Amino acid sequence: MLAEFLQFLFSGLTVGATYALAALGFTLIYNASNVINFAQGEFIMLGGMLSVFFTMAGLPMPVALALAILVPAIVGVIVEKLAIEPVKGAETVTLIIITIGASLVIRGLIQVWLGKGTFALPAFSGEEPIQILGATLMPQSLWVFGVTAVVVAVLWYFFNRTLSGKAMLATSFNRLAAELVGINTSWVLFMSFAMSAALGALGGILIAPITMTSYDVGIMLGLKGFVAAVVGGLGNGLGAVIGGLLVGILEAMGAGYISSAYKDAIPFVLILFILFFMPRGLFGGKSTDRV
Amino acid sequence: MALLEVKDLSIHFGGVKAVQNVSFSIDQGIVYSVIGPNGAGKTTLFNLITGVYKPTTGEIRLDGEAIHGKSPDQLAERGMARTFQNLQICMNMSAVENVMVGAHLRLDRNLFKAALRLPGLRRRDAELRAEATQLMHFVGLDAYVNERADAMPYGALKRLEIARALAMKPRIIFLDEPAAGLNPRETIEVDHLVRKVADSGITVVLVEHDMKMVMNLSDRILVLDYGKKLAEGSGAEVRNNPDVIAAYLGAHA
Amino acid sequence: MQKKLNIGLLIVIFILLAVPFVVPNSFYLDLAIRMAINAMIVLGLNLLIGFAGQISLGHAGFLGIGAYASAVLPTHFGWHPLLAMLGGCVITGILAALVARPIFKLKGHYLAMATLGLGIIINITLRNEAQWTGGPDGMPVPPMSLFGTEIYSDKTWYWIVAALLVIAVWASQNLIDSPFGRALRALHGSEVASQVVGVNVVRYKVSIFVLSAVFASLMGSITAHYIGFVSPNFADFFHSIELVTMVVVGGMASVFGSLVGAVLLTALPQALTSFEGWETVVFGAILMGFMIFLPKGIVPTLAAKFGKGE
Repeated sequence: MLAEFLQFLFSGLTVGATYALAALGFTLIYNASNVINFAQGEFIMLGGMLSVFFTMAGLPMPVALALAILVPAIVGVIVEKLAIEPVKGAETVTLIIITIGASLVIRGLIQVWLGKGTFALPAFSGEEPIQILGATLMPQSLWVFGVTAVVVAVLWYFFNRTLSGKAMLATSFNRLAAELVGINTSWVLFMSFAMSAALGALGGILIAPITMTSYDVGIMLGLKGFVAAVVGGLGNGLGAVIGGLLVGILEAMGAGYISSAYKDAIPFVLILFILFFMPRGLFGGKSTDRV
Repeated sequence: MALLEVKDLSIHFGGVKAVQNVSFSIDQGIVYSVIGPNGAGKTTLFNLITGVYKPTTGEIRLDGEAIHGKSPDQLAERGMARTFQNLQICMNMSAVENVMVGAHLRLDRNLFKAALRLPGLRRRDAELRAEATQLMHFVGLDAYVNERADAMPYGALKRLEIARALAMKPRIIFLDEPAAGLNPRETIEVDHLVRKVADSGITVVLVEHDMKMVMNLSDRILVLDYGKKLAEGSGAEVRNNPDVIAAYLGAHA
Repeated sequence: MQKKLNIGLLIVIFILLAVPFVVPNSFYLDLAIRMAINAMIVLGLNLLIGFAGQISLGHAGFLGIGAYASAVLPTHFGWHPLLAMLGGCVITGILAALVARPIFKLKGHYLAMATLGLGIIINITLRNEAQWTGGPDGMPVPPMSLFGTEIYSDKTWYWIVAALLVIAVWASQNLIDSPFGRALRALHGSEVASQVVGVNVVRYKVSIFVLSAVFASLMGSITAHYIGFVSPNFADFFHSIELVTMVVVGGMASVFGSLVGAVLLTALPQALTSFEGWETVVFGAILMGFMIFLPKGIVPTLAAKFGKGE
């Protein structure tokens, strides 16, 4: 009983950490530009696929992984410069279609370049499972938890203790006011795309040894990251992390106890349920329109 | 009996008490103005009475019926109309269509009849268009009948809002700063327009910063300050009230 | 105003009459049929997105319900195809109405999330209930029969679909220029202003959502019978996005924009087959290009350029 529960919890937390990183990516871009970046999932895919490609090309693991974060970050910046900045202030649907267009281009390019195969990245420190109260935990899951925790801590420090972070936060509250006090909001936009692409890629790398990766894993991972961001309340960083973990855990529990066939539906049932009762997510607060 | 009665009305946003224990009543057919410094709670009061916000406590009665907590569309059914301080014009529609929307409740809104272009509905719509054109004439917007709303100047849009409100054939109309941002000549035109509206038998509630216009039009005046009622009375009474003078000069006694 | 000749509709009728005589072969007739079906779905969706200003990223789900109703009900329960089609509309209508009330308290990206989620749940359900739906492989659909004769020929399908399209264009135009349509456009322009003149905003959003969903369901049924086969891809997230893209590329809040968007984006994948392997890249790039350079859509941009509205 307990062993089974723990087993589901471990796998839920592991995949939930990836959702949390993706959700943080959604949150960063949303705060900087009010855009929901539907290409976020492709950064996760890029992280996984590129790390596989670079290690297979013979690069030492640390170099390969660093490149697999750096390249998606550059891709993120290109998307921002080419497709988001020129259409500032466009309608929501227009922006949604642009980012979906970007995701198709990224996915399509990887498909042409690396094919439709499924790949696995070797685990960072072996495949020897750890036994905890009858449940097994893969060492890679520890990597996932550890790195995610470090990233969250670093982000917290960045946004609360550094001038650059505070500038980004200020822009999300009021762009015009931020510009008036001399914050370069176009730099903020640049940074948020680079950072969220890097975060997505990192999540993709960490999870690649566990779930395998292919050119088309980005769609579902991205959508679930979006769910996680909305669960927490769009724009709320802590909410995104909690949302990610919650979505991961419920998905694993649902798959384990209810139906594994409907595993992918669980996050969406969850989000509909939450939105029915809390129209701005768990931590989204209340909005009052000024008239 | 008073047409509108407000008793102990309050609303809190978090810790901010935007309107606190305000009471007053408005008689049928008069022009009633609400004045006060910026941030006194005038627009919030309008939003409370017209159902855009729900009061934290207090009562609002229209013709004796309790209406607090009702939604704006339910209040529209009871003959309440308003305009907005920050323009709320549908920029995706033509000027005359904006006015026609005001007559929404008087029309057959059936989806299927509309899709089938039934002749009765068509005829009513043509009549309505003529009526809306007439209303635009009434507010002095003849030149803009077939114009797109987003191509109209600010001053004309202010009056378009009044025409839309009048298309509802309301019993009481709330005008939130109808002269804000207008030049002196336009202000005088709006002053005359409000007079014409009042003369047509509609009770007018006015929020306005232009004191000349307020004193010129109002039968009674309510003064708000920091969300509280400071004074109420005729123009002369309010003008000579020491609290009001203090509030406007910024020296709080 | 009411005496004005409906030139747009006449042009549509003229083109629809001409198509069977100018298309070189059945491949293009098939394409024309699929364009016309998509055009009708997009007309309905544009009422929701373009006119009422409410986004839906899950409309393919409703299309899927209609398509599967036409596959499952006749196959497993022996229903007449027309009755099954109606059944699909009823199921869709009830589902859409049930979820619409809570959903339309939501705004912007939250609404996008909710509709997207709904579509995905429908898709996953169709994929998983294999004993009824054939699972990921899909299932065959019995032919449509009208007045005792079964419809197989593309020519017959073409005339059915063309007639429906003419009615749909006409009805959309009527609806937009009616008290109902004005209320829809008004709540897009200013929600609070439409409320204070008496528009029950949620009710209007729900009505138009249900209407466009039922319409998508009906078109799903027709597609299923026409193709003779259904698969979960009908209700795919990407299909929902394609439909929204048709609305935006053609032009939001534009009846003829809906037609142009549907025609172009139905033809595009055919045109891209020559790119062998690069289709996805090119398709994505074209979407981005349209949105960056023609964010208002083709028809409204042209209309503005030539100085007249619709």
